[in-house]
Amino acid sequence: MSVIPEGWEAVIGIETHVELQTRSKMFCGCRVDFGDEPNTAVCPVCLALPGALPVANEAAIDGIVRIGTALDCTINERSLFYRKNYFYPDLPKNYQISQYTYPVCEHGRIVVDVDGEPTVIGITRVHMEEDTGKSLHMGEGGRIQDADHTLLDFNRAGVPLVEIVTEPDIRTPDQARAYGAELQRIVRTLGVSDARLEEGSMRFDANVSVRRAGTSELGTRTEIKNVNSLRSMQRAIAFEIERQVEVLAAGGTVVQETRHWNEATGRTTAMRSKEESEDYRYFQEPDLLPLSIDERWRNRVKASMPELPAQLRARLVAAGADERTAGLLADSPLLAGLFDAAVRAGAEARTVASWLTGEVVAYARRVGASVGELHLTAEHLVELAAMVAGGELSATAAKQVLTGVLAGEGGPRQVAEAMDLLQISDSGAIEAVVADVVADHPDALEKIRSGDAKPIGFLVGQVMRATGGKADPKMVQEIIRRSAGL
Amino acid sequence: MTDLADLSIADAGRGLRDGEFTAQELLDATWRRAAVTEAHLHAYLVLDREGARRSAARADEELAAGTDRGPLHGIPVAVKDNLSTRGVETTCASQILAGYTPPYDATAVERLRDAGAVIVGKTNLDEFAMGSSTENSAYGPTRNPWDTDRVPGGSSGGSAAAVAAGSAFAALGSDTGGSIRQPAALTGLVGAKPTYGLVSRYGLVAFASSLDQIGPLARSVPDAVDVLSAIAGWDRHDATSYPGDVPEMGRSLDAGVQGVRIGVVTELMGEGIAPEVLAATASTIERLAAAGAEIVDVSMPSTEYALSAYYLIAPAECSSNLARFDGVRYGLRVDGGTVEEMMARTRAEGFGPEVIRRILLGTYALSAGYYDAFYGQAQKVRTLVRRDFAAAYEQVDVLVSPTSPTTAFRIGERSDDPIAMYYSDVCTIPSNLAGDPAVSVPVALDGTGLPIGFQVMAPQLGEEMMFRVAAEVERSAGFSFRAPLATSEVVEP
Amino acid sequence: MPVEIDIAKVAALARIALSDEELAAYGAQLGVILEHAERVQALPTDDVEPTSHPLPLVNAFRPDEVWPSLDRDDVLSQAPDTVDGYYRVPQILDGP
Repeated sequence: MSVIPEGWEAVIGIETHVELQTRSKMFCGCRVDFGDEPNTAVCPVCLALPGALPVANEAAIDGIVRIGTALDCTINERSLFYRKNYFYPDLPKNYQISQYTYPVCEHGRIVVDVDGEPTVIGITRVHMEEDTGKSLHMGEGGRIQDADHTLLDFNRAGVPLVEIVTEPDIRTPDQARAYGAELQRIVRTLGVSDARLEEGSMRFDANVSVRRAGTSELGTRTEIKNVNSLRSMQRAIAFEIERQVEVLAAGGTVVQETRHWNEATGRTTAMRSKEESEDYRYFQEPDLLPLSIDERWRNRVKASMPELPAQLRARLVAAGADERTAGLLADSPLLAGLFDAAVRAGAEARTVASWLTGEVVAYARRVGASVGELHLTAEHLVELAAMVAGGELSATAAKQVLTGVLAGEGGPRQVAEAMDLLQISDSGAIEAVVADVVADHPDALEKIRSGDAKPIGFLVGQVMRATGGKADPKMVQEIIRRSAGL
Repeated sequence: MTDLADLSIADAGRGLRDGEFTAQELLDATWRRAAVTEAHLHAYLVLDREGARRSAARADEELAAGTDRGPLHGIPVAVKDNLSTRGVETTCASQILAGYTPPYDATAVERLRDAGAVIVGKTNLDEFAMGSSTENSAYGPTRNPWDTDRVPGGSSGGSAAAVAAGSAFAALGSDTGGSIRQPAALTGLVGAKPTYGLVSRYGLVAFASSLDQIGPLARSVPDAVDVLSAIAGWDRHDATSYPGDVPEMGRSLDAGVQGVRIGVVTELMGEGIAPEVLAATASTIERLAAAGAEIVDVSMPSTEYALSAYYLIAPAECSSNLARFDGVRYGLRVDGGTVEEMMARTRAEGFGPEVIRRILLGTYALSAGYYDAFYGQAQKVRTLVRRDFAAAYEQVDVLVSPTSPTTAFRIGERSDDPIAMYYSDVCTIPSNLAGDPAVSVPVALDGTGLPIGFQVMAPQLGEEMMFRVAAEVERSAGFSFRAPLATSEVVEP
Repeated sequence: MPVEIDIAKVAALARIALSDEELAAYGAQLGVILEHAERVQALPTDDVEPTSHPLPLVNAFRPDEVWPSLDRDDVLSQAPDTVDGYYRVPQILDGP
């Protein structure tokens, strides 16, 4: 959608925060539950009452090891928690427990495919930390700058948060979007997070700089915050590239700063200058012990890995789906599961893939249901595909039948019968009708015999009319040709 | 007849079980004592009369019904005010926590309650446990019951003064660089800092997390062992608590020291230690030798750097630990037009000068460009201190030294000289850096009648041997003096 | 030699509002303390690992179990300013 101005190149890195869906918080037993009344999922630990101490949630550590494994990372045998010190009212301790040197995972990669071109995006690190509380800025506009006071809810404070940082390997807004989408698919497939951008359980910050094409020096970068969808990340990065190129082309300089994406105006605006960079005074968290993730743990996680989106897509393609449909199927575990089961039971892959990504998705959207809520089983798909292969249903009729099945009208045969869509594919029955029709039109047969193919269509039409449209037209044509000795 | 307030925990326990008196009578004796001594000492910030009365009544009921919770059942004890107590104000002697009433009990407090102890109140301390004199309390200093012109030591000075004066049978303190042992030494008590991790820190308002430990101040080694045994052990709320078995701390108190190898730390037996303290230490060592111990001189060269390392590590951790006091969720708030101003003003007004000094020092030591030279280097020195101890413990079972370089100093004497004040902890700090246990035992009085403490240090989880030697020190010293103010008779100030 | 430090910057980082006089006084005191603390730099420590935990333990975890949260009224009763179940603070100048 976006084009990088001629003669320029963008360098993009993305930091992603993913909230893990554990039952309890990262360092205390408060439930991880959103939409609760404010300040009801809080305890001495997550409110930073004097004397409270953190204890790490084992399931969260397992979650980050799963993410790191899926991203092809090195899982560090020894890993440390640090304190990141800064004052902010939504941060109860006024330090965030995070990681610094020795994160849990390092040196991973994700391959994304944009317009058929695979790009490897390096993952610098994946580390464990805790979320902050939520601030509500009260006053006109709801913006920090206009608020006259702020309300704080600490239900979210201490929810396990995984930060995934890429290398500056991304070059275009399209790649950035593809990266975000793939990462989202991966964490969802792992079942560690619902990764909803709108609800903030997955959040992207993009670091963007530009430089003259062909040069290797990095330009000054800005950090874009507040992108709440993959599309807005793509738009925000595209805007920022264009803005920086304009500034530089006019002889100006890019200021290193954090910029806020405004969805409504489609622009980024400066939040605050990072010239005086924060001094976070990192030091090793004395309240928590080092993590030791040994080979046994790493192997246990490896053994429990589900099929990842890239593997699934490759397998779908190998099974006969084209790249595009494979991508669509892989986006929905349910569709992929149906496809898998149907193909394994002998259904023709392309046909099934086309139904699932076509009629099934369209029907679900039309009735406003999720795929899981539809009356569709793999057995239905197998039966339907067999009816098409056996000539009992035309491709068009099959789609009608599928819609009936989706609506809960019954199994494919039942629906086809009820809709009276079954074709006559019994060659004996068709031969008898053909014989009758040819007997009525002997001249037509003669013409065909003498090399004029035109009357074939006429005869087929006559047969179809005589059978009420239920004969398989292909078979009818074949029999007519055979009768004419062709 | 002996005043009940002066009984040992063992004698009080015997009397309770023999029906000589009730827990409520023990408590009344404690209140009578406090009524006299508090006017002079200011050991307590809060007396929880109602809560204590309920606990004592329940102890009486339970003991009558045959439910015995062990040695502390029905015994009045005090708790340093940096330990969180549910429903009882906990200020850490700071303005910034004025009025703060916690919704939860520290694990050590919970365990005292489970052991049937009667918690009488919260004792004074140097604000957030930062100090060695209990002068840095926002609510006024505590005085030494041996001489009310002098400090009781610190930071657990309130606990020390209360136990020494008899307004509690024992007390909990916390020790980051000597804050249990030094006041114990200055008030003629036994004070023990256990192995790091032996007692859960959950609910202890953190000063320096990697150094802080909770421990007892008591009037005898067996009393100290009883209290420590009640609070020790793994806690799911403290990731740094020790997950293994608790040492059998009281098992060898009567075993003597025949054949025990005792190392004398030469670096702590010279410059900077008052002559009378040195003399009392030397004669204690002679008595141990006479009792059959093998005495060895041990050099610990890193000791001389331990104090410097401590004064980087402790402030660094405190600067982060005390960041949570910001006027948002509890305690003091000083208004400001913006949240940034509100926080900065609240902290400026809420913290006293020593706390601010250490926060600034720690902030600096952690800040960009200085980390390696200060905090990073201090953590390496800590490794060297541990190595010195490890080498020493290859030769000996325990190490000994004075506890405090001097006896109790006068109130105000060191207030304007942080360095002199910091030097009070020179003998005690190495054990905190190493995470090792150490105990102070009173051995003598100096020429002005002030107590002198003797320190026994042991390797991690070496509490059994440490208390065995401490018990011998106690027996051989025959220290049975009582603080002049330990009386329920009205005293003229 | 007392160590020279940018005390105003340190106070800002520590979020403590101090007057110029206070800053000067603390700056001088810290300089003296740091002069003593600097002694740690005299020790050769190239091959020495820092100690962050006294006990050489690893992996102290809690199982992923929910425990009861605190009663909101109890918790908010300790706060200087609350409204509708929220903590309230004055306006925030900077983003996080």
